[in-house]
Amino acid sequence: MPASTSAAPRPVAPKRSAVRSLLRLWPYLRPVRGRFLAAAFVAVVASCLSLVIPLVLKWMVDGPVAGRDPDGVWLGALAVLGLGVAEALLFGLRRWLVARPSTRVEASLRADLYRRLQRLPVAFHDRWASGQLLSRGTTDLSLLRMFLVFPLTFLFVNGVTVLAGFVVLLAQDWSLGLVLLLPVVPLVVGCSLFETRYSKAARRAQDQVGDLTTLVEESVLGIRVVKGFGRHRSQARAFRVLAERLRGTELRKARLLAAIWAFITTVPELAIGAALVLGTVQVADGELSAGTLVAFLSTALALRWPVESIGFLLAMSQEAATATERYFEVMDQAEETADRAPGAVATAADRAPGRDAPGGDVPGGVVFEGVTFRYPDAPEDSPPVLRGVDLRIRPGETLALVGATGSGKTTLTALVPRLYELTSGRVLLDGEDIAEMPRERLRSLVAVAFEEPTLFSASVRDNVLMGAGPEAGDAELRRALDVAQAGFVADLPRGARTEVGEQGLSLSGGQRQRLALARAVVGTPRFLVLDDPLSALDVHTEALVEAALREVLRDTTALVVAHRPSTVLLADRVALLSEGRIAAVGTHQELLRTSAEYAWLMSGTGDGKR
Amino acid sequence: MTAQDQALRERETSEEGPDGAAGPDGRDPFDRDALPAPKGATGALLRSLLAPRRARVALAALLLLLQQAAVQAGPLLVAYAIDRAVPALRQGDHGPVVAVAVGYGLCALGAGLFQYGFVEASARVNQDVLLDLRGRIFRHAQALSVDFHERYTSGRLISRSTTDVESLRELLSEGLQELVNVVLSFASISLILLWLDWGVGAVAVASFVPLYLLVRRYRRRASAAFSARSTAIAAVIVKFAETMNGIRPVRAFRRERSNDEAFGALNRHHERRNGDAILEMARYVVGSRLVANTAVAGMVLWGAYRVAEGTLALGVLAAAVLYMRRLYDPIDRLGMFLNAYESAAASLEKIAGLLAQRPTVPEPAVSRELPRRPARAPGREVVFEGVRFAYRTGGEVLPRFDLAIPAGQTVAVVGSTGAGKSTLAKLLARFYDPSEGRVLLDGVDLRDLSASELRRGVVMVTQEAFLFSGTVAENIAVGRPDATREEIEHAAKAIGAHDFIAALPDGYDTDVRKRGGRISAGQRQLVAFARALLADPGVLILDEATSSLDVPGERAVQRAMDTVLHGRTAVVIAHRLSTVEIADRVLVMERGRIVEDGPPERLIAGEGRFAGLHRAWRESLVG
Repeated sequence: MPASTSAAPRPVAPKRSAVRSLLRLWPYLRPVRGRFLAAAFVAVVASCLSLVIPLVLKWMVDGPVAGRDPDGVWLGALAVLGLGVAEALLFGLRRWLVARPSTRVEASLRADLYRRLQRLPVAFHDRWASGQLLSRGTTDLSLLRMFLVFPLTFLFVNGVTVLAGFVVLLAQDWSLGLVLLLPVVPLVVGCSLFETRYSKAARRAQDQVGDLTTLVEESVLGIRVVKGFGRHRSQARAFRVLAERLRGTELRKARLLAAIWAFITTVPELAIGAALVLGTVQVADGELSAGTLVAFLSTALALRWPVESIGFLLAMSQEAATATERYFEVMDQAEETADRAPGAVATAADRAPGRDAPGGDVPGGVVFEGVTFRYPDAPEDSPPVLRGVDLRIRPGETLALVGATGSGKTTLTALVPRLYELTSGRVLLDGEDIAEMPRERLRSLVAVAFEEPTLFSASVRDNVLMGAGPEAGDAELRRALDVAQAGFVADLPRGARTEVGEQGLSLSGGQRQRLALARAVVGTPRFLVLDDPLSALDVHTEALVEAALREVLRDTTALVVAHRPSTVLLADRVALLSEGRIAAVGTHQELLRTSAEYAWLMSGTGDGKR
Repeated sequence: MTAQDQALRERETSEEGPDGAAGPDGRDPFDRDALPAPKGATGALLRSLLAPRRARVALAALLLLLQQAAVQAGPLLVAYAIDRAVPALRQGDHGPVVAVAVGYGLCALGAGLFQYGFVEASARVNQDVLLDLRGRIFRHAQALSVDFHERYTSGRLISRSTTDVESLRELLSEGLQELVNVVLSFASISLILLWLDWGVGAVAVASFVPLYLLVRRYRRRASAAFSARSTAIAAVIVKFAETMNGIRPVRAFRRERSNDEAFGALNRHHERRNGDAILEMARYVVGSRLVANTAVAGMVLWGAYRVAEGTLALGVLAAAVLYMRRLYDPIDRLGMFLNAYESAAASLEKIAGLLAQRPTVPEPAVSRELPRRPARAPGREVVFEGVRFAYRTGGEVLPRFDLAIPAGQTVAVVGSTGAGKSTLAKLLARFYDPSEGRVLLDGVDLRDLSASELRRGVVMVTQEAFLFSGTVAENIAVGRPDATREEIEHAAKAIGAHDFIAALPDGYDTDVRKRGGRISAGQRQLVAFARALLADPGVLILDEATSSLDVPGERAVQRAMDTVLHGRTAVVIAHRLSTVEIADRVLVMERGRIVEDGPPERLIAGEGRFAGLHRAWRESLVG
C-alpha cells in the first residue's frame, strides 16, 4: 500500500542551538516581561523561604529543644507555620502573575501565524499539508506556553535556589558543602549529552506521529477505495509497520529519559550520603552540632527537587525549542510580495513607472503578454507549465479556454487573480498590469469559480454573498441562485440560512458546484473566471445553467475553462492551449475547421495529437 | 482535506458545543461526537488493554516500590546516624558509621537503578498499550461498513485515532506514574511517621481530610473549566483548518481581513478560557500548599515538644522533619494527574463507543467461494432478487425490485440526481446490504463471500478518485498489490493513462503528494480506472468514473472499454450519455424505480424518457 512516505515537507532548517531558537520568542514576551520578571522574583523568594525553614529547625533543635524550653518550641513552630503560609501564597501569586500573560503570548503567536498563513503565497499552501500547519498552530503553541510558565521560570528559579542553597550549605559547614558541590561537573556533562540525543529522538518521534496520522487520515478518506478493493488487511499491515516504528522511537526516548533521571537521582544522593557520613564523624568529634547536621541535610534534601527537576525541565525546553523552530519555519516564509504593508500598496500602482494610462488607445479587457510560468517548487531545469502565452480577451467578451488534460488551463486561470506570481510576462486588466495593482483591488475586480467547489462553514446566503460587496442583499442572492439553477436551496431545512460546509449540511458535488458558481456571479464582477464550472451537473441542469449564464456573460469579460462543446458554446471565441502556448484562437466553428487538435478535443475522434 | 476533518472532529470533541446542546432528545446518536457505549465498556476496554501486560505492570509497580523504598530510606539512615553512629563513634566503634556509609551508598545506587528500570518497564507497557489500542481502532474502523463511515464523519474517526489516543498516552506516560508515586509516598511516609512517632503520624493522616476535600472540589471545577477550554480550542481549530483548506477562495474573495477578525475573536475566547483553567490550577496549588505547610508546622510543634520533654530522640525528630517535607512534595502533581485522568477517561469512552459499533455489512462466519471462472468465461452473472433498500434513518430509497444481469453484459444506468443509481451500485458492491431480498453473484449471496473473495468478484470505481500518498505506480497497485511493474503499466496503457504518467517528472515513480495535488481531477480518475483494471474483477462498476475527463479522455476510455470489458460484466453510471454507446442495455431510473429497460437502440427509437435525454445530450455535443 502506498502510504509509507510522509506528505509533509521537511525543510532542513539550519540547525540552531535550543537557546537561539527560543530567543526568537522575545518579541512576543516583551509586552508581558514585567509580569514574568515579577513571577520569577516571587518564585525565587518562595524557594528561599523554603530554605529558611531548615534554619528555623536548626535553631529549635539547638535552642529550645536542647534547652527544654516549651515556649521556644511554640515560637519555632509558629515561625515554621508563618513561613509555610507565606510560601503557599507566593506560589499562588506566581501562578496568578503568569496565567493570563502566558495565554496572551500563546494567543498572539497563534494570531500572527494565522495572519501570516492567510497571506503566504498559494504555492506555499500547495506544498504544506494543512494538518502540518494546524499542528503548529495548536500543539506546538501550547508546548511553548508550557515552556514559558514552567521551564523558563524554573530553570532560572531552580538555578538561583541551588546557588542560594549552596551558599547556606557552605556557610553552615564549608567542608560538607564542598562534598555536595562535587557532582556538579558530571551532572552538567550528563545533561548536555542527554540534551542533544533527546532532541533528535523527539523530532523523529514528532515526524513519525505525522506519518502515522497521514496514514490514518488517508485510509479514512479513501475508505471507499480500501473497501472497494478489499485492501483493509494490507492497510492494517502498513499501519502496524509505522506504529511499531513510532514505538521504537518512543522507547528510545524513554530510555534516554530513564538514564538521565537515574543519573540525576543517583549522583547527588551519593554526595549527600558522603556528607552524612562525614557529618556524623564531625558531630562525634564535637566539631559540629547535631542541629547543624540536621539543618544541613534538610537543606541538602530541599535542594534535591531543584536539581532533579533540571532533567525534565531541559527535556521540556528542548521540545519547546523544536516547536519554536517548527513555528518559525512557517513564519520565516515570505508573504506574497508587494502586499506587505496594505496601506502602502494602495498607491503602488499609481507610483509604478511605465504604467499604461487608462483610456486612450490602451486595449481593455484581459491581456496575457508573453506569460511564462513554472511552479515555484518545480526544479529550475524543468520545462515551464506555460511558455509564452499571448492572449487577449476583449471587454465584454467571453473566451473559452480549451486544452488537453494537464495542458495548464487551471494554472492559467489562477494567474488572473494573481494566486501565483508569473515567472515572466505580464497580465493586464483593462490596461493595468496586475503585478502593480494592489491585490485587494485586483481580487475585487475578478471573481472565480474553482474546479474544486469549496464551501465554508456558514449559511448558504453567506457563502454566496461572499462574492459580492457588503451592500449586496437578498435580491442579489436570489438572482445569483437563479443563474446557478440552485433551486434546491429552497428545499433545504432552513432555506438560504441553512448552514453548509464542513460544519453543516453536506451537499452533493453538483449542488456545491452550483453554489460556487452563484458566488462567482453574485457580485456582477467586471472579470469572471470559471474553471470547468458545470462538470458535476447532469445534462438537463447543465442546459438550464447555460441558458441563465449566457445572460450574465453578455456584459462580463470572462475566461471559461471548457472540456465540452456545450460549455464552449457559452463563449464568443475559443482559445486553444497546447503545450504551454496558445495554439489557436477563433470561434468554435473556425477552430473545428482549422485545428485538428481542437476538433479532436471536442469530439474525441480524429488524430489531433500528431 | 485532512486537517479540515481533523478540525471537524475537534469541534465534535466538545460535547457542550452550541449545536450539541440544541438538539432535541432522541435524535440520531451520530449527531453526537460520542457514540453510546455499553455500560462499563470504558473500564472493560482499559482492562483488556492492560490485562495481557499484567506481568509487566506488576514488574513496573515492583520497581517503583523498590525505588521508593530506596529513596525513603535516606532519612531513616540520618536518624540512625545521629542516634547510634555518633555515640558509637565517640566510643571508638566505627561499625555503625560504616554501615551508614554502605547503606546510603546502596540506597542511592538502588534508587537510580530502580528508577531506570521503572521508567523503562513502564514505557514498554505504555507503548504496547498504545500500539494495541491504535491497531484496534484502525482495524475496527477499516472493518466497519461504508454506511457507518458516511454517518460518522472522517474527522471524528481521525480524532479517535489521534488526539484521543494521545490523551491516553499522556495519562499512561506521566499521569499514572505520578499517581503511583503520590499514593506510594503518601502511604509509606505516613506509615513511617506513625512508626517513628504516633503523634506526628496522626497529624499527617489528619491532613489528608482537607486535602481530599480540596481535590474533590478541584476536580469538579477543573472539569468544567477544561471542557470550556476544549470547546474554545475546537472552534479555533475549525476556523484555522477551514481557512487553510480553502485558501484559494479565501484569497480570491478577499476574506483575509474578515477572517482575521473572526479568528481573533475565537482566539481571544480561547485565551480567556485557557487562563480560567490555569487559574483553577493555581487555586488548587495554593489551597493544598496551605494545608500541607500547616500540617508540617503542626508536626514540628508536636515533635519538638516531645523532644523537649525528653520522650522523643532528637534523631527521630530529624528524620520526621525530613519525611514531612517529602510527604507533600507530590501534591502539585496530583492536580496534573487529575487533569490527565479526566481527559483520558473522556477519550476512552469515545473510543469504547466506536469499538462497540458492529459492522452493518459483516463478513460471513463461514464464507463460500465463488464458482471458478473458466478462462474464456464472459464475466459473472448478477441477480437482484426481491431487493428493497431503505437507509436505517428512514425513507425508502429503492422499493422492492428484481433485476438480472447476464454474465458479460454491459449495463448503463441513467437517471437524474437522487434517482437511486448509486444506491443500486453500492448494493452490488456490497457497500450496503439490502433491507430485504438478496444480491447474488453467480448464484452466491454476496453476504456469504469473504471480503477478499468479494473483491475478486466485484470492484467499483467512484467519481471521487482518491489517491494515497506514494507513487503513481503504488496507487495503481492498490488494485492488486502483487502486480509487477509490467502489469501496472499495461493497465495504465489500456485506459490511456500511460502518456500523462510517463510525462510526470519521475514517471510511474512520481510521488503524487509532492506535486501538491497538481495531478488534475481527470488524471486522478484515470489512475483510479487503471487501479480497477489491475484488480481484474468479474464485475466492474463505474459510478460517474469519467465525469472530470475531457472529451478525448472520455473517448479513449470508451475505446479501451471494448477490450477492458471483454470477459466482464459491467454496470456503468454516467451523466454523460456517451457511455451508453458501449452499453448492451440501458436502465433508466426514477425515484428508486427502474422505469425503462432495454437495448439502447430500441429506447432511443422510442418516445420514452431515455429518448428525450439522449436527444438533449446529442444536441449538447454538436456545436
